[in-house]
Amino acid sequence: MLTIQEMFETIKMVQREHLDIRTITMGISLRDCAHSDVKIACQKIYDKITRLANKLVAVGDDLEREFGIPIVNKRISVTPLALVAEASETECYVEFARTLDRAAEAVGVNFIGGFSALVHKGFTNGDLKLLAAIPQALAETERVCASVNVATTKAGINMDAVWRMGQIVKETGERTAERDGLGCAKLVVFANVPEDNPFMAGAFHGVGEAECVINTGVSGPGAVRSAVEKVAGTDFGTLSEAIKKTAFKITRMGELVGRAAAERLQVPFGIVDVSLAPTPKVGDSVAEILEAMGLERCGTHGSTAALALLNDAVKKGGAMASSYVGGLSGAFIPVSEDAGMIRAVEDGALTLDKLEAMTCVCSVGLDMIAVPGSTSAETIAAIIADEVAIGVINQKTTAVRLIPAPGKNVGDFVEFGGLLGRAPVMAVNAFSSTEFVRRGGRIPAPIHSLRN
Amino acid sequence: MSEASETTIGSRIIVSVLGHDRVGIIAAVTNILAESNINILDISQTIIQEFFTMMLIADMGNSKIDLAELKDRLTKTGEELGLRIEAQHEDIFRYMHRI
Repeated sequence: MLTIQEMFETIKMVQREHLDIRTITMGISLRDCAHSDVKIACQKIYDKITRLANKLVAVGDDLEREFGIPIVNKRISVTPLALVAEASETECYVEFARTLDRAAEAVGVNFIGGFSALVHKGFTNGDLKLLAAIPQALAETERVCASVNVATTKAGINMDAVWRMGQIVKETGERTAERDGLGCAKLVVFANVPEDNPFMAGAFHGVGEAECVINTGVSGPGAVRSAVEKVAGTDFGTLSEAIKKTAFKITRMGELVGRAAAERLQVPFGIVDVSLAPTPKVGDSVAEILEAMGLERCGTHGSTAALALLNDAVKKGGAMASSYVGGLSGAFIPVSEDAGMIRAVEDGALTLDKLEAMTCVCSVGLDMIAVPGSTSAETIAAIIADEVAIGVINQKTTAVRLIPAPGKNVGDFVEFGGLLGRAPVMAVNAFSSTEFVRRGGRIPAPIHSLRN
Repeated sequence: MSEASETTIGSRIIVSVLGHDRVGIIAAVTNILAESNINILDISQTIIQEFFTMMLIADMGNSKIDLAELKDRLTKTGEELGLRIEAQHEDIFRYMHRI
């Protein structure tokens, strides 16, 4: 029989420590929607998404009521659109983004991911058209998220794509200037992108995936912080053990809810992403976990080590709790979505360089970081190049979601609201990287990619 | 834990009451359950971290109402008594604490 203490612990994690299921994401293959006529292709895409996902939100809401655990988001990821749109005889892919947006609205999800291209080794014609459409697509749609994979450990870094993405991030910011560059919050540049990630904005339904699956992502920084506070003053082994146990419990929720959702929607269950995803709410912060470990502010010396311990312990606990772990599966350190990170930046404890170092030991990268609107496309491209190099060399996923906020300078704030939060504009290095990023071509795959 | 019979798996819920102790809490909650033909299997109460805490395990197998309606009734009673009353599927607790 369950003890009253155990039951109380679960209730406390949900009610007071913000434990929730961050997302139930339905992955849908659109590979059978390709058509030479763009109108027919779009109709097939709309019909398929609305047919498969029409009960997604209702099932999520039912599970939330029955289990008494909040399910914050219900979302959809689709086949990277460049692969589907390529068959259509059209120069402009914005219509595909509008179609995704309409389908997402029709089924009531807040984000749909997969306006994406995989260009780590080179571009097809369809990839180029998709990239060209990104700024307009993100400016004109509400729910569509775009992502581009520019590097893998196996293929190296496509520096032409990195340079192109620097320009696209910049243009996307400018096109959404009246909303502080919000479009950039829906655009991720990846290295080693996972194909089953349920988290936005980088979610898409990979080419090796089934017709339709359910993936889930959990969130529990508050619960982990509470566990860390309980073992204050103990040694690192004890600390790691406490985090592992909490991560196990959190992930079990994701597994249970994901399996229940998959069963009710009659689609296979994919994976649980065991990432620790913060929200802007106080007490739901990854930075506060690091601070609870004994750092005065996140970003000071020791932060990388603390994050490494946290990330590893979360994975160990999470891996034991789920049959299929996938996606990004690590601690997220988005600045705008984490109240502790924002405070650390405001207090001068956390810089862009330290964030870059921290991404070496966690998922997923430089995430939701606002930089001055005057930052050049070349500098943005160079920041992307640094970050994907970390991923390529360390055989892990890294990503960049930068917001060059038009008209904003260091010390200003950008305001997105909701889960996307608010971000202090951070300084970038003033020296030029122009000649480097414009060289063109590919950075070859590292020697350890030759494993066969 | 003691294994429930096949027929009751999936219909068991946990009702939790959190707040300040007062007269009539158990009576109010059990009345709602009895009215709806929901069978109480176990009940315990204690003070945890200064909170009056009551946990009640019940079987909704023969219930006249569904979980959503039960939750509405409990929430309403909770508001009247100044307490937080929740009803949740038992799986969420079992899955978290039992392998």
